[in-house]
Amino acid sequence: MLAHAIFFYFFSILAIFSALMVITSRSTVNSVFFLILDFISVGCLFIMVGAEFLGMILLIVYVGAVAVLFLFVVMMLNVAQQKQSWFVGQKSTHIPSGLIVSVLILLELLVVVGGWKYKENIMSSSNLVIDTSITNTHSIGSVMYTDYILYFQLSGVILLLSMVGAIILTYRKRENVKTQSYLKQISRDKASAVMLKDVEFNKGVKIDD
Amino acid sequence: MEYLNILINEIYKIIFLVIPILVSVAMIVWLDRRVWGLVQKRRGPNVVGPFGLFQTLADALKYIFKEIIIPASANKTIFILAPIITMTLALVAWAVIPLSETLVLSNINVGILYLFAISSLGVYGIIMGGWASNSKYPFLGAIRSAAQMVSYEVSIGIIIINVLLCVGSLNLNDIVLAQKNLWYVIPLFPMFVVFFISALAETNRPPFDLPEAEAELVAGYQTEYSGMMYAMFWLGEYANILLMCAMGSILFLGGWLPPLDIYPFNVVPAPFWMIFKILFLFFLFAIIKAIVPRYRYDQLMRLGWKVFLPFSLIYVVLTASFLLYFDKLPKGSF
Repeated sequence: MLAHAIFFYFFSILAIFSALMVITSRSTVNSVFFLILDFISVGCLFIMVGAEFLGMILLIVYVGAVAVLFLFVVMMLNVAQQKQSWFVGQKSTHIPSGLIVSVLILLELLVVVGGWKYKENIMSSSNLVIDTSITNTHSIGSVMYTDYILYFQLSGVILLLSMVGAIILTYRKRENVKTQSYLKQISRDKASAVMLKDVEFNKGVKIDD
Repeated sequence: MEYLNILINEIYKIIFLVIPILVSVAMIVWLDRRVWGLVQKRRGPNVVGPFGLFQTLADALKYIFKEIIIPASANKTIFILAPIITMTLALVAWAVIPLSETLVLSNINVGILYLFAISSLGVYGIIMGGWASNSKYPFLGAIRSAAQMVSYEVSIGIIIINVLLCVGSLNLNDIVLAQKNLWYVIPLFPMFVVFFISALAETNRPPFDLPEAEAELVAGYQTEYSGMMYAMFWLGEYANILLMCAMGSILFLGGWLPPLDIYPFNVVPAPFWMIFKILFLFFLFAIIKAIVPRYRYDQLMRLGWKVFLPFSLIYVVLTASFLLYFDKLPKGSF
């Protein structure tokens, strides 16, 4: 168990350290990199407790897709310019509203954590039988697609809705943009593309009329 | 003492996995250039060693002795980390590739997910390199590659779902053993083609090498890199290509299984079949590099999102309905 303990403390200290660095580091891009490190160490913790499916999914979804898009957005923002307008320039309107929201969240957290009671002997009192003969991918699937199929499908639909909403909000039809239509290109025939003309001397031809 | 023994044992295994991979990456670079040369009626590298086999080693030696230049305005830490991450991720993924039923470093339950996760992390090396260089062309290359790799990952994921529907397990050995009677390249041939093209895009190979399109972006995300750091990007890229070939041969070509379980074939040891299949897929990669012109960026995106994604989704539905109708769904081991 010694090696197990060493790895557990290594990953958990790494996770806490990088979570702290996310909110304290000066550059936004560094924050995102620490966020990725945090995701990876939490994924490793998942794998250590035997939930290898959850760990891998965390890596694929959060690190492989979500964090890439975060990074993408943060790199495109001109962060230096924004800092100037927030802290140096005229009085910002963001700070009061931000303060209200964060104080509210802090109060909520205090209420929740203050009223928290740990159930005694949670491991022995739980009457859940863990079947070790099947992999946890199978067991997650056999629960998620039977008992919780409605919630699973509903969350999928909500995600789809938000995706469609985001596209509708940002989509605008631009004019005068050249687009390539494969159907048009392929369905052109010789008659519409090539024309034979007798060119009159010293007059030339007029095309596109 | 016991831990030390286990540790030494593991390190010994890892070293004997990593060194052959590095050597085969060097050989594969040579093969790539030879095939490229032959297609264009040139000789390719043929001077250093027999048939020019040591060309890559000579190149590596040259890179080692070159000066590493770090631009003054670059973000130093991330700039140095980027090639290291590319190289490490490319090597780490080989831990789960089975070369035979027993010859595998770690036979984990979610092997295919692990491979998918590692290949989706590959984009970080490129983004970090491009951003940390703090110059225009690398940044443009990094942005392009981020969009490109994320797009094609989606279709690779759905193709993997197709195969998993037929197998009923995420373990790579189970995937290979499920193809004992019929390689999946036959019933899932369209998916094999889509996988191959997506693998080209995922590894930034021509015709999808837009992140380093030399006609537009100098050398893309590698522009500011020099010496050994450039070489690490380059080796990582080829290790990734080999990995994609291995993934293709496990998913579709029956991994380490012989094509037919009869006399002349089943005498050849399993690892050789795996290597033959990887080499065959790599040969296709090399030929494609030589004969296909580069895509335009909007064409690339159109192919990924409007052609491959719907097509592979429809194929998932088809495969599932077929398996359900003929009652062929894998009942699993539980």
